[in-house]
Amino acid sequence: MATQQTQLLARTLLTPAVALLFIWMIVPLALTIYFATLHYNLLDPGSESFVGLENFRYFLTDPAFLASLQNTLVLVGSVLAITIILGVPLALLLDQQVVGLSIVRLMVIAPFFVMPTVSALVWKNLLMHPVSGLFAWIAHLFGLPAIDWFNDAPLFSVILIISWQWLPFATLILLTALQSLDEEQKEAAEMDGASAISTFIYITLPHLARPITVVILIETIFLLTVFAEIFVTTGGGPGLQTTNIAFLIYSQALIQYDVGSASAGGLVAVVLANIVAFFLVRIVGRNLEA
Amino acid sequence: MGQITLQGVQKSFGPVHIIKGADLEIADGSFVVFVGPSGCGKTTLLRLIAGLEDVTGGAILIDGRNVVDVPPAKRGLSMVFQSYALYPHMSVRGNIAFGLKMAGVAKDEINRKVEAAAATLNLTPYLERKPRELSGGQRQRVAIGRAIVREPKAFLFDEPLSNLDAALRVQMRLEVTRLQKQLGTTAIYVTHDQVEAMTMADKIVVLNGGKIEQYGSPLELYEKPNNLFVAGFIGSPKMNFVTGELAKQRGATTIGVRPEHLKVERDGQGGWHGTVSVAEHLGSDTFLYVDAGPLGMLTARYVGELDLHPGDKVSLIPDPARIHRFDDSGKSIHA
Repeated sequence: MATQQTQLLARTLLTPAVALLFIWMIVPLALTIYFATLHYNLLDPGSESFVGLENFRYFLTDPAFLASLQNTLVLVGSVLAITIILGVPLALLLDQQVVGLSIVRLMVIAPFFVMPTVSALVWKNLLMHPVSGLFAWIAHLFGLPAIDWFNDAPLFSVILIISWQWLPFATLILLTALQSLDEEQKEAAEMDGASAISTFIYITLPHLARPITVVILIETIFLLTVFAEIFVTTGGGPGLQTTNIAFLIYSQALIQYDVGSASAGGLVAVVLANIVAFFLVRIVGRNLEA
Repeated sequence: MGQITLQGVQKSFGPVHIIKGADLEIADGSFVVFVGPSGCGKTTLLRLIAGLEDVTGGAILIDGRNVVDVPPAKRGLSMVFQSYALYPHMSVRGNIAFGLKMAGVAKDEINRKVEAAAATLNLTPYLERKPRELSGGQRQRVAIGRAIVREPKAFLFDEPLSNLDAALRVQMRLEVTRLQKQLGTTAIYVTHDQVEAMTMADKIVVLNGGKIEQYGSPLELYEKPNNLFVAGFIGSPKMNFVTGELAKQRGATTIGVRPEHLKVERDGQGGWHGTVSVAEHLGSDTFLYVDAGPLGMLTARYVGELDLHPGDKVSLIPDPARIHRFDDSGKSIHA
């Protein structure tokens, strides 16, 4: 039991760390809010002036905003769907006893350890390149015209790259969950006459509900802020086809040099992320309650 | 009907022989207990009958039909697992109904059968609860409910009571026995607890090192053990074994006397002399651990209270009619 003394001691000892974290968070936030209310363009130094909510109006009414919001949601949704729909069967396969399993597991998990810029470059130049890429070579083998991935299907290409990176994560989490499934439960289902498919639907899938929730929550956090893959491959284009919110803010700040508008965009992104998080926890968070 | 016959059943995992040829005849409606120390193969034998493991050799006949190539669900048996193996995300109703649902039974019939099973096991108030909201004994009953609802040819129990506390275990022991008699379904029950075996079984199979040591009724095993292993395993406290000169006088290598067949006399004449090293006073019984010098430690049971303490000299007089004799190989010598 915590006595009053130990409580006081705990609070005293925690204070420096909490204070530091608080400052770490509050200073950038305060500065961003401050910049968001200024007319502040790097190409026009010395002209900073208070403009109120003008930057927000500008950012939110920009047609690029709605397009990039839509791209963000499509990207997050597609990657989540792909990684879970492919992750479950992959985890089931890796849960089997086969020769060389440790090497197969290592190879499946490897993409997660490749940094985003590198994997995006590999996909762009070695795989998807319309002239020298592997996919173009395969298409030529069958006498088909090469696909210019980043021009013909830019958002899909980006989704493909990011799914490839995140599939190992989903697989790994689901695999560990599968390994904790009680063997006797599967045997009980077998005695009850359940086929392999019924066992999957009635025993395995409900058991995976919680790890799937974890995958959705964690992936969403990271996928809302995808940047490197887009920057390296398409630069947000063609047009706005692959611009998500994070990339839009970047382009406001460092392509148009409009710090005020970018700060306003950053704050909008914070609000949006919280809205998404709110609904996500509402919908899937119930699974986390024991 | 539920007559089960094992003919030369063998099982090996790689080079390790777990079951070295088991022959057994289990009559319809009987309650048979497999008992033996850890690693004797009793659970493996049960899993072979269930179909959860494939036999390496031999045949398993259920009602005269060889089932070694029949999948578990089609053998018409149901099993109660040691961990209960309840489906955690399903209600009690869902758990009990699962087997029927898989068999494609009509909805109203499932409901009728589930409710009948629940009523038999006093589970009706808990039908909509999840397994995690139940106590150990209730979970146990759900597992049994899941087994009886399918009206199997035989029940297979794999140490089902080992996770319960002592008081509940005694109660569930009675309930399981009563239920089995009431349904008249063949039951095979695996346990390492010889008290469970003695109290529940119509017939006991004593297993050791993958071999059936003896198959018989509890009292047969108690009164006429085939060999040293069965003699030592059945009965609590354990039978006393004496070797050497005393055994030779009776024409045996080893003689055995159960603690309850040793008459205890304070400073008495005759019999075997020794010093009490520990005395356990249970009120109803007194267990004495007696250091009998060259004979080793002997255990004696006295019904009622006996005012003896460590250090007291006693003499133990074996009941001559109740002395078991064993030859060189450990087999019983029946006069």
